[in-house]
Amino acid sequence: MNRFERQVILQGFGTAGQGKLQKAKVLVIGAGGLGCPALLYLAAAGVGIIGIADGDIVSVSNLNRQIIYGENDVGKRKAEVASGYLQKKYSDITIESIPEFITSSNALSIIGKYDLVLDGSDNFPTRYIINDACVLLNKPLISGAIYQHEGQVAVLNVVSKNDLSANYRDIYPEPPGADEIPNCDETGVLGALPGIIGAMQAAEAIKVLSGYGTPLINKILFYDLKSPAFYETEIISNPLSKKLIPVDAAAFVQADYSIACSSVNFVNWEQALTMQQKNTGEVMLVDVRESDEQPVPEDFDYINIPFSVLQKEYHQLLLADTLLLFCQSGVRSVRAAQVLKTIFPEKIISSVKGGIMDPMSPIHHQYHET
Amino acid sequence: MKILAFGIVAEKTGAKEFACEDIPDSDSLYLWLRNTYPELRKIKFSIAINRKLAQVNTKIDDGSEVALLPPFSGG
Repeated sequence: MNRFERQVILQGFGTAGQGKLQKAKVLVIGAGGLGCPALLYLAAAGVGIIGIADGDIVSVSNLNRQIIYGENDVGKRKAEVASGYLQKKYSDITIESIPEFITSSNALSIIGKYDLVLDGSDNFPTRYIINDACVLLNKPLISGAIYQHEGQVAVLNVVSKNDLSANYRDIYPEPPGADEIPNCDETGVLGALPGIIGAMQAAEAIKVLSGYGTPLINKILFYDLKSPAFYETEIISNPLSKKLIPVDAAAFVQADYSIACSSVNFVNWEQALTMQQKNTGEVMLVDVRESDEQPVPEDFDYINIPFSVLQKEYHQLLLADTLLLFCQSGVRSVRAAQVLKTIFPEKIISSVKGGIMDPMSPIHHQYHET
Repeated sequence: MKILAFGIVAEKTGAKEFACEDIPDSDSLYLWLRNTYPELRKIKFSIAINRKLAQVNTKIDDGSEVALLPPFSGG
């Protein structure tokens, strides 16, 4: 009798399925609410090599759902604690600790070492980085995510019939825009929800690796804990998906995955112009478009510091205490606000919503004439 | 037709499940939703018609079940 007896005797799994698990290398990204239960089941099932990538440390508020950690782990690195805990439980598998956040710089080299990735990350930029890296590297991706009392799971990017199955961008081609995420405040969650979704991810990973059953390929499953109810839909491939994924490793590293998830303030055009009129000198409107972009505003005072040279030319902003940044559509100005906030943490820095394409923009009429 | 709303979309529509008059296609449905629930203008979500994602403008047969599916990011 060994520790895998009960799954080896399972019809359709057998010693063949177990052998495949023991040879498999799985990377779990995010050792949080989803990652903890997923890791526990992957390790218990005997996945041969498990990598745990997470740059975060354990905090007290994690403990209602991140069930690998206890009170004594607060302040320690999640990847280290989780790998130590699992390695101590099971001597017949190898646990690798990667105490880093996944970025577009390290994603390809880290993911490249594994056969399958389980996404338990907690933000959109990381989710798109992981998806695109898995597509470039042909790695199956078990995606799971939660929002308050709901969760979603999908098995993405599996090679079948010489073709890759649907990826995350077939469901959601582009990340939500900057103004869809007003702040990064954590929302509440019952610990059992990521427990359910994370365990489903582990089950799907085990199915893909061992060939047991039918994985959730080309489908996305939603679970609502409150109702409770399941909903499943078929993913049809999206022609945008291929265009949006970087074509190769070089393009991937260059791609910008950041979206606003910081303390950037927003103002509308009316507020921006009123603030400027009342406070000439201290309030500065800044156009962060490149200097050749049209139309050129004529109806109000502003200065132009293109986003591309912002980190060199910011001295022009030293005298203002409030900066109101605008661009063509309101996306670059959010990124500019993030950059300037690191240079001028004491200044009030806001992004003008919608940029000059916004219908409320005083130069909207010029935009339509050009 | 029947509409199922998920995540933040359900917060904006105020109901997880509701009925509405038949709408001919997915583009018209987007428009109707944006006009009926202005807060949805700011939110990205996908539409599934009878449990298939609609990637381009897709006909909605009378009495269909339509789901409004936003991405989740929590972990």
